[in-house]
Amino acid sequence: MSLLSRLRRSPLWPMLWKELVQLRRDRLTLGMMLGIPAIQLALFGYAIQTEVRHLPTVVLDESRTAESRRLIEVFRNSGNFDIVELVPSRAAMQDRIERGQANAALVIPPDYLRQLRRDRGAEVQVVVDAADPLASSAALSAAVQAGVARSQALSRESGGRPPALEVRVRPWYNPGLRSAVYIVPGIIGVLLSLTLVLITSMSIVRERERGTLEQLVVTPIDKTSIMLGKILPFLLIGYVQITVILVLGRLLFRVPIMGSLSLLYLLSLSFIVASLALGLLMSTLVRSQVQAMQLSFLFLLPNILLSGFMFPRQAMPAVAQWIGAALPLTYFLTILRGVLLKGIGLEHLWPQALALVGFAVGLIWLSVLRFHKTVE
Amino acid sequence: MTAERPNADAVVTHSLTKRFGPLVAVEGLDLSIRRGEVFGLLGPNGSGKTTTIRMLCGLMEPSAGSAEVVGFDVARQAEQIRGRIGYMSQRFGLYDDLTVQENIRFYATIYGLHGGERTRRIAELIEELDLTARVGQLAGTLSGGWKQRLSLACAIAHRPAMLFLDEPTAGVDPASRRLFWQKIHGLAAEGTTILVTTHYMDEAERCERLAFLSRGHLIAVGTVAEVLTQFGQPSVEDVFIELQRRDEGAVV
Repeated sequence: MSLLSRLRRSPLWPMLWKELVQLRRDRLTLGMMLGIPAIQLALFGYAIQTEVRHLPTVVLDESRTAESRRLIEVFRNSGNFDIVELVPSRAAMQDRIERGQANAALVIPPDYLRQLRRDRGAEVQVVVDAADPLASSAALSAAVQAGVARSQALSRESGGRPPALEVRVRPWYNPGLRSAVYIVPGIIGVLLSLTLVLITSMSIVRERERGTLEQLVVTPIDKTSIMLGKILPFLLIGYVQITVILVLGRLLFRVPIMGSLSLLYLLSLSFIVASLALGLLMSTLVRSQVQAMQLSFLFLLPNILLSGFMFPRQAMPAVAQWIGAALPLTYFLTILRGVLLKGIGLEHLWPQALALVGFAVGLIWLSVLRFHKTVE
Repeated sequence: MTAERPNADAVVTHSLTKRFGPLVAVEGLDLSIRRGEVFGLLGPNGSGKTTTIRMLCGLMEPSAGSAEVVGFDVARQAEQIRGRIGYMSQRFGLYDDLTVQENIRFYATIYGLHGGERTRRIAELIEELDLTARVGQLAGTLSGGWKQRLSLACAIAHRPAMLFLDEPTAGVDPASRRLFWQKIHGLAAEGTTILVTTHYMDEAERCERLAFLSRGHLIAVGTVAEVLTQFGQPSVEDVFIELQRRDEGAVV
């Protein structure tokens, strides 16, 4: 038989067909797979947005001009900053932030008005208590937005001069400031990781529980066809999930897409397959669907803590770094942030891409190896 | 290479044994089943019937001993065996969320049927097992008798040389049982070897030869008449009850 006709007669096709028909009829799973990421992301969105609002802020206005008071008004009117006090000095400002009475401070320099009149434009400073990265990153983007708004207004008033105002943000206590924009791509990765692993971790064990696996493995179907048949239909789900989360991320958080979207979709392939294959491997290890679900959620924890989603990996002890290096999400996060935020391409991301391909191939191979066509 | 030997027995086992940890499910089973024969495997619950069938189908690896099915060794040539046998498990093993037609189509394709050959075979199976009225119905919504016929259709889609039926008629109404056995004898007449386990004594008496298992051991094997003589009992049912009595006596 030629390779082509052998391929055409491969039991992979009936397996794929069966999985797709079943998937189409399983409205609950389908709804969950699309609904969960959307709801989770919206929840994150709500949480982050409430923290943006009403940030206690002190103002050190060293300029004391009509122009500086108008800038303070813009900050107040944004709704993001509650101006709690006009402080007289830098020492007082520092004191309020250290005592936690304020999370941010707006510093307008004495020569603010003079700066505005020169071509280079003026600079004001926003000091942020960055101990809470979510709050501080919210403050950062809000402050920049307020600055831009005021700058545009000034520019209109003066007849189309270049942006005249720049807001300099100085994070305190957390120099490597992580903004919401920085965190959202991470959420995309974590949500994908969880739902994809969850889908396939139940797949083999579900057939085992329902008694259909026994009837299937007594046929001459090869193990690879069973495994690929369990993975490939869910690629579709993975891509729909990525799209839903990216669109929502953009609408809720204005996550930028600096790089190539098609590159992101291409590189996502290996991450989706790796996650699905990992779930499949779990499915060959557990005895029930409940165990599969527990194991999936257990797997979520290192993903959140050690992948670099929440804490920078460079600061972790070696063991934690090694565990992180064993998680596909670690590499996908670099890709997500690289493409979405930095706009970098394959020339920088190929090691991560290669690692994910390695994970995908290795995990499929492992699950084929682990899977036995027996009922013991 | 092991070629198929047309005159050899369909099943030959030597000291076939299966242990689950300290528990011995089947021990030292020597059995031979002739080609084209309807062979009944009888015994109380837990006597090792299902374990024996699973070992012969390649679903479980023997702990010791050996077995050949349609000329192939179960331990080393399980894949060759899988393409040549059909199997109906005790529990309904088809997909509840696929229709009757979809289940048959799936198994026909897995068993290597394609194109016009597959289309013809599916139509034939639906016709033969009288499933026409239910082709579009989801398998999960079928009643016992229909499920059993659908299972049989899937198990024989590839015209296997040998068919393993593990309590195929449990929970099925008498009319369906009769129809089922007519089909079984029809398959045997065409040359299919059939190994069947059952709890129904009228079904046991329809088998050409019987084997009795008790606590994992083969107690008796032969035609119905031979078995009755061996145990000195008037009917297979009496043999069965006598066996169960001895079994329980042995426990105490």
